[in-house]
Amino acid sequence: MNGKDEKFITIYIMGKKHMVPANLTIMKAMEYAGHQFRRGAGCRGGFCGACSTIYRTKGSYKLQVALACQKIVEDGMIVTQIPFSPADKKRYDIDRLKPEANTFLEYYPEISRCLACNTCTKACPQDIMVMDYVQAALRGDVKEAARLSFDCIGCGLCAVRCPAEIVPYNIGQLARRLYSKHVVGPASHVLNRVKEVNEGKFDEEINKLKNMPKEELQNLYNSRDIKV
Amino acid sequence: MRLAYYPGCTLKTNAKSFEISAIASAKVLGVELVELTRWNCCGTVHALAKDDVMHYIAPIRNLIRVEEMRDEGIVDENILVTLCEMCFNTLKRANTEVLKDGEKMRKVRENMEERDPAYRGEVEIKHFLEVVKDIGWNNISNLVIKKLKGLRIIPYYGCLLLRPRGLGIDDPDNPTILESLIKSLGGESVEIPFKSKCCGSYHTVHMEQVASELSHRILSQAAEAEADLIMLTCPLCSYNLGDRQEEIKKSFKGLRTIPVVYFTQLMALAFNLPAESTGFSENKPDPTVILKNKDLL
Ligand code: SF4
Ligand code: SF4
Ligand code: FES
Repeated sequence: MNGKDEKFITIYIMGKKHMVPANLTIMKAMEYAGHQFRRGAGCRGGFCGACSTIYRTKGSYKLQVALACQKIVEDGMIVTQIPFSPADKKRYDIDRLKPEANTFLEYYPEISRCLACNTCTKACPQDIMVMDYVQAALRGDVKEAARLSFDCIGCGLCAVRCPAEIVPYNIGQLARRLYSKHVVGPASHVLNRVKEVNEGKFDEEINKLKNMPKEELQNLYNSRDIKV
Repeated sequence: MRLAYYPGCTLKTNAKSFEISAIASAKVLGVELVELTRWNCCGTVHALAKDDVMHYIAPIRNLIRVEEMRDEGIVDENILVTLCEMCFNTLKRANTEVLKDGEKMRKVRENMEERDPAYRGEVEIKHFLEVVKDIGWNNISNLVIKKLKGLRIIPYYGCLLLRPRGLGIDDPDNPTILESLIKSLGGESVEIPFKSKCCGSYHTVHMEQVASELSHRILSQAAEAEADLIMLTCPLCSYNLGDRQEEIKKSFKGLRTIPVVYFTQLMALAFNLPAESTGFSENKPDPTVILKNKDLL
């Protein structure tokens, strides 16, 4: 887009008015307005969950949520970031836990307060069925809770919105840990590879890389073959 | 005399003269009305609101799922079947309320703000016992392979299956549905006066003794009636009468052990289904001894 056609809109970043190009993401608009991110930005690709943002738009009382790196600014948007969502993450020894409802209730008893209001689901920028995974955990369906929460990036937006003060992403994480530890069990290909590493199968190659001149290493990196 | 005075918002806006005159006349009476130093809305917004919308959101969301499944052809009818009395009551009550009151339905929709489609109000809630009844007692009888012959069974209804009238699945004063089932399965139905009295329900959480007393009345009547089993329909009743029976016996010496089973377990038994379908290993107290004595296991 050339400079002439560029459309500008007004947004309010933490209350301060800024004119920004209409096609920017919230993150880029904030940078355009002079903000520098020390927290609240990571991957810039919608994967890391660092850039949680809340906003309102003109004429609406609705509090909305977004990832700043993904959401395009709208005229009249009033925004701020929530770079961190405070939550008490419990310590547990996953080996000793059982994949059942009582495990969730023991560590996070507040999940029994879930009203099934679905506010968390509406808040999730990943379009995860958050309520459904909390509910699955509550009834001990570890597999379903793990499956539904799989794409959680831990942005924390569900947790800041939940009226029952539940921290859904902690529930999802516990579910996925229980599932992989106690339901699926160890993956043989990983165990084999760890064994190979320990037996020194890759030592020679790693040493070669370690001692390679920087330029050669760069060339190697740039010409690498990525298997998808 | 100084009395704390709560004005409320109207007295500060549209009814100033009311407040002014009251304070002034009170003074004449020797009463000083001292406004609360901190006060908030009396709460009338919530107290006057007839909408207990929040109660309906969770159940209605489940009914939307039924309509979706029906639309997708995953199920044949817009019917939702449930087993637990509490769920049955909650779902049916919510459904009845929103169907009766269009305003309530609208509010529920508004409050849900789902991307999902709104509830169309097409779902019927049925307790599984009603489904069984619709199939017909004779047809049930014909499916029985192992008659529950000589098994003396108490049909225990609990409270929510029958109440309130209109929501419940049978006449609250004179229910017969469980008796009919027992008869169809070839068992012997044994009457007790307390067959639809409360087991103590959620008192079991905070007031165990209350639950124990209420459950004891039912258990002792069952024992007196020389019943072999209590047959019921609700997990909470099962917990109070069954899982807690050992505990109850501590407070009420001499009470005889009497196993508690779900009606579906006796159906599975009579249909001669394998042990993994009857699930008797989960029951407390153990019902298998008495069933073996009657040559049913
Ligand atoms: S589930 Fe919660 S923490 Fe996870 S991505 Fe969605 S909103 Fe963020
Ligand atoms: S926002 Fe909280 S209370 Fe509401 S459905 Fe999600 S976890 Fe439950
Ligand atoms: S910066 Fe990683 S999700 Fe936005």
